[in-house]
Formats: sequence, structure tokens, C-alpha cells
Amino acid sequence: MLEFAIIVTKIIVLTFVVVLPLVPLAVYFERRFSAIIQDRVGPNRVGIPLTLFGAKKDFSFFGLIQPIADGVKLFLKEDYTPDHVRKGFYWLAPALTVAPALITLAVIPFGSDVTLFGHTIKLVIADIGVGPLFIFAIASLSVYGITIAGWASNSKFPFIGGVRSTAQMISYEIALGLSIIPVLLYFGELNLSNIVEYQAAHGWLLLPLWDNGGGPSAMHKALMWIPMFISFLVFTTSIFAETNRMPFDLPECETELVGGYHTEYSSMKFAMFFMGEYAAMVVGSALIVTLFFGGWSIGFGLDQHLIGTWFGGFIHLGVFLAKVIAFILFFILVRWTVPRFRYDQLMRLGWVVFFEAALINVFLAALIMAAPHLPLAVTIAGFTALAIAAALLIWIAKRFEAPRPKQV
Amino acid sequence: MAVIKVQRPKLSFAEKIYFGALIKGFFLTMQHAVASLRGKARGAKDMASSGLGVTMQYPEQKWDAHLPEYYRGAPALVTDEQGRDRCVSCQLCEFICPPKAIRITPAEIPSNDTWAKVEKRPLEFEIDMIRCIYCGMCEEVCPEQAIFLRKDYAITGTSRKDMVHDKKKLYEIGGVRVGLVNKWNDLK
Repeated sequence: MLEFAIIVTKIIVLTFVVVLPLVPLAVYFERRFSAIIQDRVGPNRVGIPLTLFGAKKDFSFFGLIQPIADGVKLFLKEDYTPDHVRKGFYWLAPALTVAPALITLAVIPFGSDVTLFGHTIKLVIADIGVGPLFIFAIASLSVYGITIAGWASNSKFPFIGGVRSTAQMISYEIALGLSIIPVLLYFGELNLSNIVEYQAAHGWLLLPLWDNGGGPSAMHKALMWIPMFISFLVFTTSIFAETNRMPFDLPECETELVGGYHTEYSSMKFAMFFMGEYAAMVVGSALIVTLFFGGWSIGFGLDQHLIGTWFGGFIHLGVFLAKVIAFILFFILVRWTVPRFRYDQLMRLGWVVFFEAALINVFLAALIMAAPHLPLAVTIAGFTALAIAAALLIWIAKRFEAPRPKQV
Repeated sequence: MAVIKVQRPKLSFAEKIYFGALIKGFFLTMQHAVASLRGKARGAKDMASSGLGVTMQYPEQKWDAHLPEYYRGAPALVTDEQGRDRCVSCQLCEFICPPKAIRITPAEIPSNDTWAKVEKRPLEFEIDMIRCIYCGMCEEVCPEQAIFLRKDYAITGTSRKDMVHDKKKLYEIGGVRVGLVNKWNDLK
């Protein structure tokens, strides 16, 4: 009974108190940060209208109340269902976009153990041994929401948006899955909590500068950094594509497709698509932080002093959220820096560049890991074979590139 | 016309792998972000910015001192040095007004008045500020230099009736204007 109560409390607190507020916060950050980048101010007014009650000045909280105002607006809008849509799927689609993003939260470790009222609680909802696989399995479901929305809307622009989304998902899912294999090879572990604990003790994956003892040698870490960085690049870019964020937001693509898959949606149904996008962004950031930047760990060997204390988990939770917000800001920076890819460029990047890069990266990481246990000659032969394979792949990619249209 | 063949630019390897441009882009956007946070965005000084970006925060800060001479704000009636209504109710402005915002009720000046020789003045002069498009044609057409567009722009009201400027309000906005052509008095 108590177990059950703890699980329900964890679900409610971690999902609805910790992560869901991050979604409107991300929207607020998006608007303010983009405004600052473009030399504007952004929403800074909405607050408590104290002047209505006779005070001298309004209290505006830097406009932090803006997301609530937006939410109220979307709730009160007319929820219009056009006549020509396929009703059942039309209603199903928004829920299918939001739900997967929130379900994936189940396996993300938010902090180390917390001791409350004599119970030690792990700050992860489901501590299962297949973390990343679970996330991939569930996160790829969100494409159904978009595709079904595009199809159910029964008009051409949403349909194109839905089809694009499917094509994009297929081309990036492979790179996403392959890019993470070197990481899992390095940890030898699929449990995200253990992965983070390992990073807390032996250095973050992309910042392996400390070790509390018992870890791999510094040389090994430095060598592994190269495939890990390639993994990071491919994985992050694929997450951008997966969450339909800016350089790859072809399914919505205002300039070409009006609003893309959510053209026919209004009010809360539209808001759910919006929420789904930002929730996916939060989960994506959380996943990248967990795998590559040490999750909840403070780093620099400071974590071992906090683990075991009753408050350590809360500090770790704060650190984790700070890291996630920092990464969300990076997402936003990318959105306002990089222009949208053309559709064929996007497909090329996914199939020709990232797929191959991730594939070669898997073998590179495996070779580096195996090198100490292999005879020198085999190692050298392996690296040579890998270099030849890489060169061959690049040559093939260049040789069979689609010819450019003839200039007139 | 001769055909001009535009050559596609030859990209170097560094340009092809795209990362350099990406990082340059990050620097550019972050430069803008930092500059606008410090209130040093380009043009912030000229635009009298509030210290964030180039934006002036309207109700607290106003642009009034910087309005140019030719600014077209609310139209208003003016009196001259002797305090005489310059308007002679010729109704040219009423007829020229594109959105038909002006309505004049003419009246005769009684014969015992100092300015009896002018013959007419407006009994009521109304400008519907909901209709007014600030085009300035009334000012242009006025033969008596009686109506001018002033620099008032924040015209608000809680009802349609509030938004109709009557004669009193128009003179209040317009005030006295000196140094105009004086054709009805001896100053000429």
C-alpha cells in the first residue's frame, strides 16, 4: 500500500509539479530570449494589476504571469471543429502528441535518493533497466499524433505536414538510435539512474575531468571523448528533428504550409499540440543532460558528499532542472539562429550524413574500448579498415549524389 | 535584353560542412542578446530605449519631445492674437474631409460684435475622432488658417460620444496661434 502511495506521489509531483510548469516556462523563455536576440523586449507586462486597487505601480514579475494569461486565452477560445474533418481521429490526434512526451518522463532520474519520514525514495518514477529504449519506443509514438492530425484534418496543407513528419521521423530515428550505442557501450548499462550515478562518480560523459576512484584510465576517457562527441552532435541534432524544432520544423513550417499539421485546430486542441512540442523539448533536453552532461550530478567530485544526506536529493533535483533549463535555452538559441533546412537537405542530412556517421562511430567506439584487450596488430588493422570504410562511404555519397539541375 | 548567367558560388570545404557558419551564427545572436541586455543594442540611444533592446516602453516613456514638426496628430481649431475664432464656417473642411468626420453648424456674427465684418463663425464644430484618419486635408484646404493638426495622438474615450471633439475641446487642444496671416484685423 505504502509502495503504491509513494509511486502515485512521485508521478503526481514529478510530472505535474516539476515538469509541467517547465512547459509554459519554456514558452516564456522562448518569447523573452527571442525578443532579446532581436533587440526587442518581449512579454514583460502581465502581472498583478495593483493599480486597479489603488497602488502606485503594477507588479509584473518580468511578465512571468504571461503563460497563465496565454493558457486562459486558449481555454476561453471557441473550440471549432470544421465540417470536413474525420472527427474521431481529429479528436484523438492532440492527445497522441502530448501523452508520449509525458510518458517518457517515467524513466528519467530527477535526482539522487531522498530520505523523507524515514523512507528512502528514488527520484525516478520507474527505475527500469531499459531506460533509453523505453524513451525511444514511446517518443516515436508522438509522430502518430502529428500524422493522424494531418490526415484527419482532411485538407491539403495539414496532410503535407503529416507526411513530412513521417518521412522526417523515419530518417532521423535511425541516426538517433545508432548514435546512442557508443554511449551505452561505454556505460555497459541501460538503466538511466545507474548511468547518472556512474557519471557522478567518474566524470560526465562530455566532461570527464574527475574520478572518485575505480573508473577507467584518463587516457581511455580522453580517447572515448571523440566518439562521444560525435554521438552528442548526432544525437542532439536528431532530437531537434524528433521534437520538430526549428532547423527541422518542416511539419509545421508556417511559410510553406500555413500552419502545417495543426492548421485546422483551434483553442485547447491547438494548445495541446503546442504543449506536446514543448514537453518533447523538455524531455529531449532531460535525456541529453542525463546521458551526456551527468544528469543530476553537480560534478567535480562534489556529489559523494551529498549522496546519503537527506537533502542531497533536493539539491540534485535543483541542479538537474537548472541543467535542463540551460539546455532548453540552447534549443531556443538554435531556433533563432539557424534557418530552416530545405526538405531535400533534411533528408540528405539524415540518410547520407548522420546515418553513416553514427554507424562509423559505433565501430570507432567499439575499437577504442576493445583496444587494450587486443594485440596491437589487430587494433591497427581495425583502425585502418575503419578509415577505409569511412573513406569509401564518403566517396560513394559524393559519387552517387543526385545531379544538380542543369544551369540555364 | 542580354541574358546574364549567374554562376553558383563555389563553396570551399569549410563552407560545405556548415559548422563554421553555425558557430558564427551563435556568436552573432548571442552578441545581440548580450548587447540588448546591457542596453547597448544598435540604435538604442537614437531610439531612447528603455535599456532592453531598442524598445521604448510606452506608457512610462513617451516620444513626445522627439515628434517632428510635420507630425500629424489630432486636428484642432486655433484662435489668433486677439482671441478671435479664426474659423469663418466656410465648411470647406467639412466637404473635403475624406472620412466625413467634420460637422459644422454655421452661425451669423451679430452686428454689434467687434468682428461683425467677418459675418460668420461656427456655432458648433465637431470632429468625430473615431472617423478621423489624420490626413491633414482640412488643414490644407482651410483658407483662413483656422484648423491645424497638432501633436496630440493619445485620444481615448469610454464611449463613442466621448470621441467626438466639440468646439470647446478643439479650441482647448488648438490654443492660440500667433504669426498667422491676419486678413480681418488691422494688424495686417
